[in-house]
Amino acid sequence: MLSRTADSLFWLARYTERAENVARILSAGHRMASLTRSVGSAGNEWESTLAATGCAESYRVRHAEITSEGVIDFLVRDPENPSSILSCLETARRNARAVRTALTVDMWESLNETWLQLRSFEPKTDSGDQLSSFLEWVKQRSLLFNGAYANTMLRNDAFYFTQLGTYLERADNTARILDVKYHVLLPQGDRVGGPLDYLQWESILRGVSALRAYHWVYHERLAPWMIADLLILRSEMPRSLAACTAQIAHYLERLADGYGGERGECHRRAGELDARLRYGRIDAIFPSGLHEFLTRFIDDGCALGRDISEFYLLGRAACGC
Amino acid sequence: MLSQRAVAALFDEMLEPDGVRPPYRLVHDWLGKVAACELETRGREAELLFRRIGITFAVYAEGGDPERLIPFDIVPRVLSAVEWQRLAIGLEQRVRALNAFLHDVYHGQEILRAGRIPAEVVLHNPGFRPEMHGFDPPGGAYVHVSGIDVVRTGPADFHVLEDNCRTPSGVSYMLENREAMLRLLPELVSRHRIAPISRYPEELFESLRAVAPPGCRGEPTVAVLTPGPFNSAYYEHSFLADEMGVELVEGADLFVDDLRVYMRTTEGPKRVDVLYRRIDDDFLDPLVFRSDSTLGVPGLFAAYRAGLVTLANAPGTGIADDKSIYPFVPEMIRFYLDEEPALPNVPTYRCGEPEDLAFVLSRLPDLVVKEARGSGGYGMLIGPAATRAELAAFAARLRERPREYIAQPTLALSTCPTLTESGVAPRHVDLRPFVLLGRDVRLVPGGLTRVALRPGSLVVNSSQGGGTKDTWVLEA
Repeated sequence: MLSRTADSLFWLARYTERAENVARILSAGHRMASLTRSVGSAGNEWESTLAATGCAESYRVRHAEITSEGVIDFLVRDPENPSSILSCLETARRNARAVRTALTVDMWESLNETWLQLRSFEPKTDSGDQLSSFLEWVKQRSLLFNGAYANTMLRNDAFYFTQLGTYLERADNTARILDVKYHVLLPQGDRVGGPLDYLQWESILRGVSALRAYHWVYHERLAPWMIADLLILRSEMPRSLAACTAQIAHYLERLADGYGGERGECHRRAGELDARLRYGRIDAIFPSGLHEFLTRFIDDGCALGRDISEFYLLGRAACGC
Repeated sequence: MLSQRAVAALFDEMLEPDGVRPPYRLVHDWLGKVAACELETRGREAELLFRRIGITFAVYAEGGDPERLIPFDIVPRVLSAVEWQRLAIGLEQRVRALNAFLHDVYHGQEILRAGRIPAEVVLHNPGFRPEMHGFDPPGGAYVHVSGIDVVRTGPADFHVLEDNCRTPSGVSYMLENREAMLRLLPELVSRHRIAPISRYPEELFESLRAVAPPGCRGEPTVAVLTPGPFNSAYYEHSFLADEMGVELVEGADLFVDDLRVYMRTTEGPKRVDVLYRRIDDDFLDPLVFRSDSTLGVPGLFAAYRAGLVTLANAPGTGIADDKSIYPFVPEMIRFYLDEEPALPNVPTYRCGEPEDLAFVLSRLPDLVVKEARGSGGYGMLIGPAATRAELAAFAARLRERPREYIAQPTLALSTCPTLTESGVAPRHVDLRPFVLLGRDVRLVPGGLTRVALRPGSLVVNSSQGGGTKDTWVLEA
């Protein structure tokens, strides 16, 4: 297929997934902020929310102060922020339009309909209720798109590139959302393991729709190392780093096989990441620092994205002219 | 002469003074029975459908919605088998002559030497591309796809209003309009025996495949070349690529190496044999045509001249559909085919001729004046609708640059029943059938009917607020 088509498929999947993830992070942040208020302490959830989306620096360029209104506006609708939900959906749709012939009717209609609906209403986020229902809508639209492509696409390279976009973005997001906890410095005086700590961990699990999964897997009260185990190493948890990385490695292998066996740095790096997570142990991760582990993972994910671009999406071997 | 007839009688394709015309019998019955609100509901459903599929049209130089819908009218236009047969014969004849003309002007120029067309009209025309001289495109085909705009003034009176031989658009609307009718009014459709049109993309593909370069081994690789998503007809480009099952490429997806054209794919370079290009000549290849073009492919024209890739349509077809050439098409038919034109032209005055200019200036309020090289309905004067000041301003322009204009009588375009804000009412229509030419000439029955939605308006261009209708050719 055309390199440009593969590139657009990859990015439209990434941006759709990112819109959903920003919605999830915002929703977790919003929940934490309300909980903090309810237990009577002043937290910095909005700061950590920004950090989790990777937007903290660009936010500071445009806003002097971190406020709930400012963060919500920046993450929901600011056109200057390429990762705002509106920008993501806009970019996804633009990519879709550029490669319509590679999309199934259902994929196109789900993306186009999202875009049309967005243009017909201004997302309202003034009250917490309005924010929640908007974020819920974003999640629904993303789930619809994922369902549309899972159920209608031919299992060929177009599907593999779409999957790569989804899983690369999802792995990045799970790592960031877990890292939020690092950024939420507990207010002085609150014990680690105290009620606030507990509520924050619970919000993180809810943010990735994993609270029930946790109880099914562990049958225990929430404990940080088990939550980290679930979101990092458990292959049966569909948003875990291990599950996403296994998918990425799998689809890269399928692509290489389909294209006559040629492999490059992206295949090697994906294999290495996959092995690290497949055979990793949580008690080896915690002593050297959860935050350090997650930061390294996020950097590796970015590098892998670049490797994939170089190998497949930029029209390599076409540079002779 | 025609302008007088225009005033005398308007021809409605459904209702004549003595009753309903036979092809419209069932449509007329249906319109009589269906409630007004039902029609409006269907109209709204059609709009939703088109939005959802993304069948949009970008209009240049305008604020507001960047992706506009072309209004779709749900009352179909109906032609009988006999009417279509007559049209088809005339269309095929015309396209053969236009193609023969192109071959001739880029080779021996017999028609110029015979004095049947003034040489300067051709040789000084920007549509004429000397770069094409002496080149033989595969199968001798130049106009692989053309759209011939036809207007009707009476039961048996069809005229060709203009030829579109470069990159005519609209065929996706023809196909999508039929799909929309099947979804919205399945019962009305099923009561008729309508000639199918859905095989158009296959016919297009066959035509393109048939003109692959002579050295091409095995199944030729065909691709559609688009200027990109910002082009007004982008939807159509992607639609056709999709329907034919071929890649939709932009200039940046292609490169030329050793006179061979390749597309950049995830598996490395892949050879391309036939390009159905929807980019204008000017932008095709910055090395040969406009050097500032970022849409084209450097080296493409050299690959074409070397016979290693086929471009459809061929570069240089603009000389055949120029409005200053149009008056001579009947002459081409006589010269190359030794036949009489089956479809007449609209009488046309060439303002560059002193006699014609004098006549045009004396009758300006009755005439339509067009730029010889304009398209899209911009920069034209519709005499009967113009104010005195507009007429005076246009007359001055004509005196200044007469060669740039042609004039035609205001035709009494036929009307068809159309859903309007005040119920069903007659509106003027034209027809653009699409003609394919590979190793042979192919037509699908029908075409794109464009309708002027404003009462009395004669301008059907979608860039000027025109709409479209599904066109039904009934089977005998």
